[in-house]
Amino acid sequence: MSLRCETTSARARFLPWAPLLTLAIMVGPVVAGVLGTLAPAFGYMPALGGDGINLNAFATLFDWPGITRASTLSITTGIASNALSLLLVALICAAWSGSRAFRIIERMLSPLLSVPHAAAAFGLAFLIAPSGWIARATSPWLTGWDRPPDLLILQDPYGLSLIAGLVVKEVPFLLLMTLAALSQIRTQQARDTALALGYSPVTAWFKTVFPRVYAQIRLPVFAVLAFSMTVVDVSLILGPTTPTTLSVQILKWMNDPDLSMRFLASAAAVWQLALVAGTLLLWRLGEIVIAALGRRWVASGARGGATRAIRALSLTAALLSASAIVFGILGLLVWSFAGFWSFPDLLPGAFTLKTWMRHAMNLWPIVTETLIIASASTLIALLLTLACLEAEERHGLRPGSRALWLLYVPLIVPQIAFLTGLQTLAIFTGVDANRTAVIAVHIVFVLPYVFLSLADPFRAWDARYGHVARALGAGCDGVLWRVRLPMLLRPILTAAAVGFAVSIGQYLPTLLAGAGRVQTLTTEAVALASGGDRRVISVYALSQTALALLPFAFALFVPAIVWRNRKGLRHA
Amino acid sequence: MPDPGLTLDRVIIQRDGRTLVDISDHVAPGEVLTVMGPSGSGKSTLLSYIIGTLATGFDAAGRVILNGTDITDLAPEQRHVGILFQDELLFPHLSVGENLAFGLRASAKGRAARRAQIDAALEDIGLAGFADRDPETLSGGQKARVALMRMLLSGPKALLLDEPFSRLDTERRDQIRALVFDQARAKGLPVLLVTHDHADADAAGGRVHRLE
Ligand SMILES: Nc1ncnc2c1ncn2[C@@H]1O[C@H](COP(=O)(O)OP(=O)(O)OP(=O)(O)O)[C@@H](O)[C@H]1O
Ligand SMILES: [Mg+2]
Repeated sequence: MSLRCETTSARARFLPWAPLLTLAIMVGPVVAGVLGTLAPAFGYMPALGGDGINLNAFATLFDWPGITRASTLSITTGIASNALSLLLVALICAAWSGSRAFRIIERMLSPLLSVPHAAAAFGLAFLIAPSGWIARATSPWLTGWDRPPDLLILQDPYGLSLIAGLVVKEVPFLLLMTLAALSQIRTQQARDTALALGYSPVTAWFKTVFPRVYAQIRLPVFAVLAFSMTVVDVSLILGPTTPTTLSVQILKWMNDPDLSMRFLASAAAVWQLALVAGTLLLWRLGEIVIAALGRRWVASGARGGATRAIRALSLTAALLSASAIVFGILGLLVWSFAGFWSFPDLLPGAFTLKTWMRHAMNLWPIVTETLIIASASTLIALLLTLACLEAEERHGLRPGSRALWLLYVPLIVPQIAFLTGLQTLAIFTGVDANRTAVIAVHIVFVLPYVFLSLADPFRAWDARYGHVARALGAGCDGVLWRVRLPMLLRPILTAAAVGFAVSIGQYLPTLLAGAGRVQTLTTEAVALASGGDRRVISVYALSQTALALLPFAFALFVPAIVWRNRKGLRHA
Repeated sequence: MPDPGLTLDRVIIQRDGRTLVDISDHVAPGEVLTVMGPSGSGKSTLLSYIIGTLATGFDAAGRVILNGTDITDLAPEQRHVGILFQDELLFPHLSVGENLAFGLRASAKGRAARRAQIDAALEDIGLAGFADRDPETLSGGQKARVALMRMLLSGPKALLLDEPFSRLDTERRDQIRALVFDQARAKGLPVLLVTHDHADADAAGGRVHRLE
């Protein structure tokens, strides 16, 4: 307010509305979608003759023989993968933060994060399958197999491979969030004090740092929990098949040509939403119990030990988790160029371009579509984010900690719960499922990530540069365009890269908002999963990964080139 | 005819009901008024009120009058009040020459003419040929001179200095201080100097206002 910006141009008058508009664009579809799911779940869908309120759909749902298993699976995969990921992240930070190994881990984060879920899941599948790389590497000398064994490793009924697939992707995400939290609260002193009091490093970290860090990463943890309970694409690749997880089953009912199945699908989506809410509550209870136990542990004064064992264990687990992605991608690469490849040979007998050549023509329009959708949704999300942050600067419209929750709404409300409703609404209001609809829905998911990744660097910018610029005669827009944005080029490009990767990875939103007619690399790759042609799958999954990685390379090299003669921005 | 110079007319700045700054004074052209006070007493806050960038959360009253014009309600960029901070705050994405060009008012027209003016300015501060340098590669004293010249090129009608000499070593400090005061005197600018250093106050030679 005090900065007195010009307020007469149309753009300047729009600015104070930016936060509200952004909120509407981001949360509006979620609310509409949930309503669109609730109504048919309780029997209300006039277009299909449902104009009363009843519980018939729920009755059908609970008569479905798979309901108990599917529900249990949802809860167990969610809690197990979330707890494992969190534990691993906490152990790595406790045992290694501040060390050189830790800096290496930090540097590997962005590329690991940007690998789309589907590609990582395919990579893992090709590693652990009975005829996968691990079996090949150990056969026959260790296992005695000279044919792929008849084992149900992939898509096991307990969802173990699904949990593994989720953990490898969630660890980098939670680690990134933890690092951001660690940089905000000064932790070194607390830990050093504990060390001086005779605590072992790991115990010192858990007792002095973890509680404060956890308070900061609670929302991302909730988001991860909700995501892993309801994920569809990873589940289609790694999850059990009879029955499938609940979300996959909902998708099947949604795609049923018999439109009346939508009552059942909607009821199941509401049930899924309730399961997530219940599990979040359960998790919250767990937090309270662990906090109480933790207080007693702190009060006990136990100094801890076993530092080396925990260091070794956590590093091994972290390496394992990272290599699952790295070797998975490598495996995709080999498969995509593989000629004839018999078991148990470690490598194919011949390498060939045949698969790539055969699919190049089909791939091209899909790559274009993927790029258009990702670019459009990222650009819009970036503009809205910048408008919000600038409005915060000029008009003091700073979101409180409560408003931060709103950013997480699209990440915590399960996709399946509101996208089904959105599709139902779209069908019966006659809105076309097309590229524009897909972009609009992608923005819902891209926005929170772009905002979260840009907000801190934008706010951390030294405002005195702005004061100097204004004293030198620049207006508010001049400060923004000529000083602030150029100085923030690197974080802006990084945020764009994050948004881009998020958009590329979207499966369910693309499928449902596009009614199956908008084809991106992700929808195509996942659609190929059931066919099981590893060479073709690899081509699609690799293209998907390349597209998601490219902007990160861009965000790294463009500022390095543009600002090559500007030492002051080298590390910004 | 109103008094030329910078007038602070009962400027009172409060935060949470506590008065930080209470000042009424007049600084004549070429005069230096030194403001001293302990850390956190509100010295920087006063300067940000004068240039128009006071953060929200402060309650401020009083008028700032520059050469007879009330500038209290003007946007910062329309006040023509130059400021130097302790850090030089050269824009890191611009070259030394571009930093100066940022300061030079757009009323100076024509690429060649602007370029010539900037080269002359660099020569004035003993940095001829530095136009294309990365500001980050300059020494502390060189940066301070560029920051000063950037501000002077914007044609200020008053100078505010927020401990601009405290980061320089003793020898540089005397040099830059002399340069700043000479320029201000030569251009007849009223100067408000915030400092912790009694040597600064002595060198300025003007009156001293203390904040509690
Ligand atoms: N943006 C802000 N928000 C809240 N409080 C602030 C803000 N800026 C300054 N303050 C507070 O206002 C008071 C005056 O600050 P100011 O920076 O003016 O002090 P100062 O006299 O310049 O101190 P120093 O000599 O350390 O630079 C301090 O108590 C400071 O904490
Ligand atoms: Mg100060």
